[in-house]
Amino acid sequence: MQAIKRKKQKEKIIEGFFLICAFVAVVSVLAITVFVFYNGLKPFVSNSYPLWDFLTGVEWRPGSNMYGIFYMIVGSIFATFGAILIGVPVAILTAVYISELAGSRIGKIIRFAVELLAGIPSVLYGVFGLGIIVPYVLKISPNAQGESLLATIMVLAIMILPTVVSISETSISVVPKEYREGSYALGASKIQTIFKVVLPAARSGIMTGVILGIGRAIGETMAVMLVCGNPIAGIPTSLFDQIRPLTTNIALEMGYASGVHQELLYSTGVVLFIFIMIINLAVNKLVKAKVGS
Amino acid sequence: MSKSLKKILVSLLVGATVLTLAGCGSSGTTTSTTETTKTAISGEINGGGSTSVQKVIDAAGSEFTALNPDVKFTYSGTGSSDGIKGATAGTYSFGCASRDLKTEEKGSLTELIFAYDGIAVVLNPANTVKNLTTEQVGKIYMGEITNWSEVGGADAPIVVVSREDGSGTRGAFEELVKFEEKLKPDATIKEGNGNVQTTVAGNANAIGYVSLTFVDKTVAAIDIDGVKATVDNVKNKTYKISRPFLAVYDKAKVDDATLAFLDFLMTTEGQAIVEEHGGIAV
Repeated sequence: MQAIKRKKQKEKIIEGFFLICAFVAVVSVLAITVFVFYNGLKPFVSNSYPLWDFLTGVEWRPGSNMYGIFYMIVGSIFATFGAILIGVPVAILTAVYISELAGSRIGKIIRFAVELLAGIPSVLYGVFGLGIIVPYVLKISPNAQGESLLATIMVLAIMILPTVVSISETSISVVPKEYREGSYALGASKIQTIFKVVLPAARSGIMTGVILGIGRAIGETMAVMLVCGNPIAGIPTSLFDQIRPLTTNIALEMGYASGVHQELLYSTGVVLFIFIMIINLAVNKLVKAKVGS
Repeated sequence: MSKSLKKILVSLLVGATVLTLAGCGSSGTTTSTTETTKTAISGEINGGGSTSVQKVIDAAGSEFTALNPDVKFTYSGTGSSDGIKGATAGTYSFGCASRDLKTEEKGSLTELIFAYDGIAVVLNPANTVKNLTTEQVGKIYMGEITNWSEVGGADAPIVVVSREDGSGTRGAFEELVKFEEKLKPDATIKEGNGNVQTTVAGNANAIGYVSLTFVDKTVAAIDIDGVKATVDNVKNKTYKISRPFLAVYDKAKVDDATLAFLDFLMTTEGQAIVEEHGGIAV
């Protein structure tokens, strides 16, 4: 009797400890949200800068009281879209190769390389981009500098590979064996089976990976800062134009900013935050849809 | 037993603290300046601010702690504005800025100019242009001159490289070259002196500017108005693009150790350190 009681008590204590740990995440996310939104919405509430000008302006000159982030929003979206366009097909085919086609030895080597890629600090991607990709882009660019949307897209496309590959691979590997066997039994080839049966079955998992990849691309800062050029104005109209994504705008200037300038950097963070929230909601919906079906 | 032991310990500690405080007070008020330098200085000095002054302040700090082993010295290079903010808020014992203070920043701060710095205009070593006027540099940065052939170079577009908004070097450069807030929109923005230098070294048509203390052999510092970008020329004021290095502190919050350090910075010894690291003595 006593022993059971003590066991229950122990269980309760451990449970409490778990709850505290879980709370760390909840409290952190609340604190960050409140902090960013409180500071970021201040300039619009107190009317020190009009929200409309902030969202639609195409020039960022803090010294002249011009804080427009529209060209940054466009830059962020273009860079993310481009990275997805290049990175996702490569990542999905990699995942297919690892889980369906490669022998266990080659598969292991590729998987290890992808995992290693995930562990490389983002600033090193930036240094690589600045040292290799930027000079290469400069060679083919009609513009005089290699820092560009294209260089950013290339760096980001590499950076999203690990996320998309690992999630796609997981979802491909949980597709029941019977599906493949059924397909083979109907006389389909291996490649036909992959594209007509396996990938459609793993669709929602792959989409989750893609959306997390979008999140990674839009939120990336350090690597992008070194290769994007960070101009103070201008909507990019070609792949060789420079861009200033939302993230690098914050990282570049936060250390120096004061007053309204600083508050509007938080506002830039709010815009970024809203983007990320939309992406997360999309992921949640997809995951739910998967469970439902 | 243990309770009484605790009580004794606490009272001892309190007594010691009071004695120390009293000691500090008396030495501070009664001794003359020559004696204060002899009495051991102790405490923690934590400065921060401009990255341009970091080399100088770090070197002066380690020399100062060598002379006063009881002092703990740290300096974090976080940018001029941060240094000023930190000094105002009291999170730094002193802040450093590599530009003049804005009126809204002055508040209750005391300013001390401890050095001058030159800003070098740097080109890729392959560029044939070796001299520009201040006006030409301004026009290049405003986008009125866009091709090297307009200033005596090859027929190639000029790639303008600047620093991030709020950077002390950028503020000083725009002010000294007189194109404040008129930077051309498509200029490439790089964070920090090092990144500007790497970019210019990697692009044959680039122009950038860095602290004179940062210039290395990967880039070529050009003459401005026919004057070489050298320490001597900043000192004799013939080189136009130069600026002050400031230390700021709040008189009400500053401690003795910090004041002693700033005094040290102004001595011949301290100024020698400034010069050793590419700064220009006051």
